[in-house]
Amino acid sequence: MLVVENLRVNYGAIQAVKGISFEVRERELVALIGSNGAGKSTTLKTISGIVRPSGGSIRYGDKDLTSEPTHRIVASGIVQAPEGRQIFGSLTVRENLALGATARADRSDLDPEFAQVFALFPILSERISQRAGTLSGGEQQMLAIGRALMAKPRLLLLDEPSLGLAPIVVNRIFSVISQLKESGVTILLVEQNARKALAIADRAYVLETGTIRLSGDARDLARNPEVEHAYLGGVA
Amino acid sequence: MGATEFGQQFVNAMSLGSIYALVAIGLAIVFSILRLINFAHGEVLMLGAFFTYYWNRTGLPFAIVAILGVACTVLAGVAMERIAYRPMRNAPEVSLLLTSLGVSIAVRNFATMQFGEQPQKFPTPSRFEHRVHLGEINVSVTNLVTIGSALILLTLLTWFVTRTQLGIAMRATAENPVAARLMGININVVIVMAFVIGSALAGVAGILWGARVGRIEPLMGFVPVLKAFVATVIGGFGSIPGAVLGAFILGFGEIFLVALLPDRMTGYRDAFVFGALIVILLVRPQGLLGSTEPEKI
Repeated sequence: MLVVENLRVNYGAIQAVKGISFEVRERELVALIGSNGAGKSTTLKTISGIVRPSGGSIRYGDKDLTSEPTHRIVASGIVQAPEGRQIFGSLTVRENLALGATARADRSDLDPEFAQVFALFPILSERISQRAGTLSGGEQQMLAIGRALMAKPRLLLLDEPSLGLAPIVVNRIFSVISQLKESGVTILLVEQNARKALAIADRAYVLETGTIRLSGDARDLARNPEVEHAYLGGVA
Repeated sequence: MGATEFGQQFVNAMSLGSIYALVAIGLAIVFSILRLINFAHGEVLMLGAFFTYYWNRTGLPFAIVAILGVACTVLAGVAMERIAYRPMRNAPEVSLLLTSLGVSIAVRNFATMQFGEQPQKFPTPSRFEHRVHLGEINVSVTNLVTIGSALILLTLLTWFVTRTQLGIAMRATAENPVAARLMGININVVIVMAFVIGSALAGVAGILWGARVGRIEPLMGFVPVLKAFVATVIGGFGSIPGAVLGAFILGFGEIFLVALLPDRMTGYRDAFVFGALIVILLVRPQGLLGSTEPEKI
């Protein structure tokens, strides 16, 4: 579905991503894990067209996305819930959700998507007319994911959805991500919380300073001593 | 000051504030989306007056002439974005600022070559010069048209930014351009729309300013845009309600200062305006309705 080949991204003289290749297949949940600065977020930003690669290619089905503008990438079904939530704080919850559907051709009737989002996150329906900036951190993360779902994504990119949230909220978010996978959404998940990510992912790639260090089945990686030592806080 | 004179000055202040508001909104919208202080905005206003002046030679009814004048102004504003600002999209903000200064100088000089330096009489329809009695108050039709146009346009704009998908997308883009792009918002459409709205309002303001002053010249955009700039700073740069609030504060401040001060002091009117600006910048640099949110890195 999504095939990234030899992707390289530079920020000025700094090489943030140094030639990585990976793929996400239909209905898979793939995790990109690694520590801060490994290049995970940069990779997602590049897939969404926010950052331009200096080399390599990003293909989606039979389309080459490498130099497409972001709004076309979103219209083709690749939707991102960005790191740090990035909700529109001065807009209402309803406006935020409606904006999520911007790129859809059939946005005249959004009721089914609103219903789906409220079923996953009932709290959002209570906050519908509130300014998004007044929501708690966890609610904002729910809004960010809900907003992405309004676009009816075929490939959902989630950037650090657990960042800065209380453990109980993290569990809620991860259970929603599993539900979404069950419902058939293909997901590429970027996480620092490797344990949680590996627990729900099918496959994973471990990024380290811009290169892929390890990859494979998520359960195997969770048992890999190297991963355990570096990312799961285990004592080797 | 008696009640009658107060009423009279109130209408004058509303009228002046209306023009400032129409100009200030354009500055605020473009700034909120591009972080560009558009120095050429005054030239857009000037073009509005001149396009109307030339369309008037066709002998069409003035309402149609005004619409055609504003339509041409919008095209000019969009052309500025396309030709001058879009290639600078990824340049530092200072480069963008200097570009707008360049556009301002280029358009002003082009206008001087085409129209000449001499002020021309603006073809204000004679019915605009009639005066209407509202109780004790005696008001010119020009003032009523000015206030009425501003009220209608402000209402339309409010409806647009709160009720339409594109309007909401513009507010989202102003708040967080990257997140807006991730929603699938086509940033180019939003930017062009900002220039369409800003130029349309500036075009209307140019016509109203022409009707108010009675003559037009290539340098006419300078004073209103400078005042509008002060208004946007007072209100909070980038905030549309702030720009409108600042514009009316400025309109009222100017008119009532002149009315209340002794005659020999009225020459200091602009000194008071810019003095107020300095005070605002010292006391509340983010403006009255501006947010204190730190810039995201």
